[in-house]
Amino acid sequence: MADMTTTGIDRQTRARTEWLLVGLGIAALIAAPFFLYPVFLMKMLCFALFAAAFNLLLGYTGLLSFGHAAFFGGAAYFTAHAVKEWGWTPEFGVLLGVFGAAVLGLIIGFFAIRRQGIYFAMITLALAQMFYFFCVQAPFTKGEDGIQGVPRGHLFGFIDLSVPLNMYFFVLGGFLIGVFAVWRIVHSPFGMILKSIRENENRATSLGYSVARYKLAAFVMSATLAGLAGAMKALVFQFATLTDVTWQMSGEVILMTLLGGIGTMLGPIVGAGLVVTLQNYLATSEFPVTVITGAIFMICVLLFRRGIVGEILARFSRGEDDAR
Amino acid sequence: MTKAPVSGAANDAEPRVVLTARGLRRDFAGFVAVKNVDLDVHHAKIHALIGPNGAGKTTVFNLLTKFLAPSAGRIELMGRDITHTPPAKVARMGLVRSFQISAIFPHLSVLDNVRVALQRPGGLGYQFWRSLGSLDLLTPRAEQLLETVGLQNERNRMAGDLSYGRKRVLEIATTLALDPKVLLLDEPMAGMGHEDVETVADIIRDVAKDRAVLMVEHNLKVVADLCDWITVLQRGEIIAAGDYATVSQDEQVKVAYMGTAHDA
Repeated sequence: MADMTTTGIDRQTRARTEWLLVGLGIAALIAAPFFLYPVFLMKMLCFALFAAAFNLLLGYTGLLSFGHAAFFGGAAYFTAHAVKEWGWTPEFGVLLGVFGAAVLGLIIGFFAIRRQGIYFAMITLALAQMFYFFCVQAPFTKGEDGIQGVPRGHLFGFIDLSVPLNMYFFVLGGFLIGVFAVWRIVHSPFGMILKSIRENENRATSLGYSVARYKLAAFVMSATLAGLAGAMKALVFQFATLTDVTWQMSGEVILMTLLGGIGTMLGPIVGAGLVVTLQNYLATSEFPVTVITGAIFMICVLLFRRGIVGEILARFSRGEDDAR
Repeated sequence: MTKAPVSGAANDAEPRVVLTARGLRRDFAGFVAVKNVDLDVHHAKIHALIGPNGAGKTTVFNLLTKFLAPSAGRIELMGRDITHTPPAKVARMGLVRSFQISAIFPHLSVLDNVRVALQRPGGLGYQFWRSLGSLDLLTPRAEQLLETVGLQNERNRMAGDLSYGRKRVLEIATTLALDPKVLLLDEPMAGMGHEDVETVADIIRDVAKDRAVLMVEHNLKVVADLCDWITVLQRGEIIAAGDYATVSQDEQVKVAYMGTAHDA
């Protein structure tokens, strides 16, 4: 999973260890619902995929989007509407949400990639806020109430998703497909070009790459996968509300990704797991959640800027260098 | 260095103009950085652009490669007007530049730095569904290029860990991967030790056998040894042009330039 050390001498042993860890992780995820509350796990998986999709843009292309809630929450609305009002089956509802997020990504990305750095972030924020106000006003979103009571329905017409375990494995499948897509994109010829743009945009241009097109492609891919996460979340909780399209949601995914470690495959997943767990435990306590997460964010930025997974990987490769 | 098979072999020895600029001008909010610049860059020749700091050399580079849009003037690459062509397209047409600050991809390996440059010509730019193994077919060519510049033993190192001189050499190898018709080098030897300067001079001499080179350089000894033609810029204007003997005798050049940098 370590992206930084693709050229290590013992690449093969490393790859084998990685596959072993991935296998163990998947086994743990399959076993998890028999020990833990499935809805909590599904929430974690949705946010983990959301953060992984976001990291495709921030970690591997070097673009900080401050508007990813639009894709996450937008997809949730589209899916919820299609399933509840039109009676679509869950798989097509999710597909519609994913497609809607891709279209939104194309529109927002088209304008945002014209600027760099903080201006890019500001444009994504502004356009995502415009989408938020659209959601407040548009009749199909039901305004402040949101779309409530969304039926989970029957997957492919015969698997009853109101059974928690069935729903869990549906979400796990979506999560694995999404994370695999991120991994595939990062470790592909296209991913190499994205990294080179992150490293030195002018140089990539001078090598003949139309940087804007690559950025837009990455933006749409990231939005699409964020949409998959949002669409699944709508079915898990059986509602879609304004919460998922607020700028706070965009901020939360940044927090998750930074906390876990940007530019690492595992980081956003760990970060999302941590934040969701914290929120879950603090929800019932006296402590205000935002204060705690804010404090954690500050500690992360001050003390371990690489994030949890990033720090571990850095330790790892430093030890390797000494051994050589 | 392998020969470029594309350009008409019969004409290779014969000097011909591949890059022309006429009346180039660039304003920055009322300040004229470059004006009335005419340039003719010849195939198989090394052309130097010199001048004191702030003379506008890098601006000219940015204009020629379209990283900046000219306020006025016209640029032609091999007979085609590129005055309004976007920079990535200009690069694809065969006009490739290096940068004053060494432009490498620091967190990619040395080999990957060169392979990134080979991907687009090899048709491996947008393929997000294929594995990294699909890039292996570019490795032999990348290794060949690294060998040309003497970096073959560093292929697996992180590019950011290389010494300054080696980074510049890597940048040249990456640029050569595109097999450019015209090579623009912005101070390729700046900040290098004596030995590295010799190595880079040899590389440049070698690559200029079958392509045009335009370089900005401060080291006048290098310029005298290496370059066939010299254009001197001062305050954004050309004050002299010719071979080293002509230019070094020019009164205006002596006053503007030699007085400050003669020790080189």
